[in-house]
Amino acid sequence: MNTEAHTAAINLPTSARRSGPLQIGGRTLSDNAIAAAAACALAFLYVPILVLIVFSFNDNPVTTLPLRGFTLDWYVRALSNEDMLTAVWNSIFVASFAVTLCLLVGLPSAFAMDRYDFPGKSLFRRFALLPITLPGIITGIAMLNMFRAMGMELSLWTVILGHGTALTAVVITQIYARLQRFNRRLEEASSDLGAKPWQTFFYVTLPNIRSAIIGTSLLSFTLSFDEIPVTFFLTGRDNTLPMYIYSTIRRGITPEVNAIGTLIVVASLCLILFSIYLLYSEENE
Amino acid sequence: MNHRQRHRVRLLGVVSGPAAWMLAFLFVPYAVMFTYSFYSRQFPMMIPDFQFGNYLSLLTDPQYYKVLLRTLKISALVSILSVLLAYPLTYFIVFKIKSGRTRTFLYFAVIVPLWVSYLLRAYTWKTILGSEGVLNSFLIWIGVLDEPADLFLYSQFAMVIVLTYIYIPFLVMPVYTSLEKIPQNLVEASKDLGVRPFETFLKITLPLSVPGILAGMTFTFCLTMGDFVAPFLVGGPDGMMIANVVQVQFGTAFNWPLGSALSMVMLAIVLIIISASDKFERAGRLDLA
Repeated sequence: MNTEAHTAAINLPTSARRSGPLQIGGRTLSDNAIAAAAACALAFLYVPILVLIVFSFNDNPVTTLPLRGFTLDWYVRALSNEDMLTAVWNSIFVASFAVTLCLLVGLPSAFAMDRYDFPGKSLFRRFALLPITLPGIITGIAMLNMFRAMGMELSLWTVILGHGTALTAVVITQIYARLQRFNRRLEEASSDLGAKPWQTFFYVTLPNIRSAIIGTSLLSFTLSFDEIPVTFFLTGRDNTLPMYIYSTIRRGITPEVNAIGTLIVVASLCLILFSIYLLYSEENE
Repeated sequence: MNHRQRHRVRLLGVVSGPAAWMLAFLFVPYAVMFTYSFYSRQFPMMIPDFQFGNYLSLLTDPQYYKVLLRTLKISALVSILSVLLAYPLTYFIVFKIKSGRTRTFLYFAVIVPLWVSYLLRAYTWKTILGSEGVLNSFLIWIGVLDEPADLFLYSQFAMVIVLTYIYIPFLVMPVYTSLEKIPQNLVEASKDLGVRPFETFLKITLPLSVPGILAGMTFTFCLTMGDFVAPFLVGGPDGMMIANVVQVQFGTAFNWPLGSALSMVMLAIVLIIISASDKFERAGRLDLA
């Protein structure tokens, strides 16, 4: 799949930045029909998340209407659940190292794609971006097979390698998009003024893409924290949080999952909104 | 060192690391998986071999090809339903929202759920559709039903709903990009020539947004094909998808060669669809010029 489709997938389209109406005209019947359809689609997207949150506060072990009353009991239970807390720490551990790996591989890849022509470049790009469209299960199983062939024990470290492989593409698309918008004249000016290449890199290039790096790190952290299909095949005895929840749901649903789920959703939303702010705020300059 | 050589050294420094990584963690794993798919199963694991039995059983054993066909059917349904829901929404955001700020806000309102825990978004549907769930109890509460209906959860219907819910943002993104690229003077010209709005939509807007629709459907189709969590959570006895079968081979069934063969087939289908849609997209782009 081409790069354009991939970057389009994550980057803010131009008209969202453009202000002013695209089309002028009175409201008609068809306008109302479209508005209604759009409202339904938005409701479809958000009502389930609302349900998750509402039932985390509902004083009833079953998720039924009408609501019974407000309680924080499910939060107390979730937060005093030792297994769950261990899983949270495992997830943070995995996500931190996975993000580091993604940056180590993703940054140079994005640079290579943006600035160099080399034999096999299109193959390089195809491989680099493949994990975005590939279902996670395929990445997970292929890596499981390799670890098995190498005789490696499964552990959180194999999960980290898996996440690194699956999520590097996210870093590449974001950084590549930023590099494409970056004005290369700044670098030329810097080198004309006598700066060495490493000086230009650290004093000119890096500061200009810094917010994209932080933004994409937060995004990949969230994605790694929530990752399940790759983790499922690559984890050993230790569970990450999604794997713990997965095994809990297998036994039956309790509002405790709603409570921890609400916390995750709120935390993810904060991280995501902050990363969007970092990734797109500079575009107006 | 002259300029050229320095350029080469720098290029090597930038590319070699990522290239080595991709070789080790993308290429080699697929190669190993490909090799294993020809192995024979033998207690306790498998023995090296070169035979097509694993692939043949996919074609001959109804257990497997039926699951594959079902997976393709569900993936198609999910992509179609996603287009039906996402297209009006995206059209509304791009053409009917006049303030740039609101447009940005709505765009992100649609995209953000994509990055919020996949598992929890599937889980919440289990609490909604279950026989003791939100929907049933709501319908009983308002008096539409006397007792809980079982038809919502554990069905292919539930799977299609949940997967559509999860993958809609993947459709909105490319459709948005293609819709906003459409030159508005084309639409205005059509209007000036007296063409009715709906006809203008059919003749101009819709055809020009086909590349976006295709890209979105490709994402949705491929990701649905590989999903094993939604079938596990809300699918019924007839809800097994190919990814669940694969999961079982690497788990309780302990048949890695067969599991690898199934994964290879999945990989092949996904790659074929991606490159086909890539070709169509390119053709679509020529139309634009």
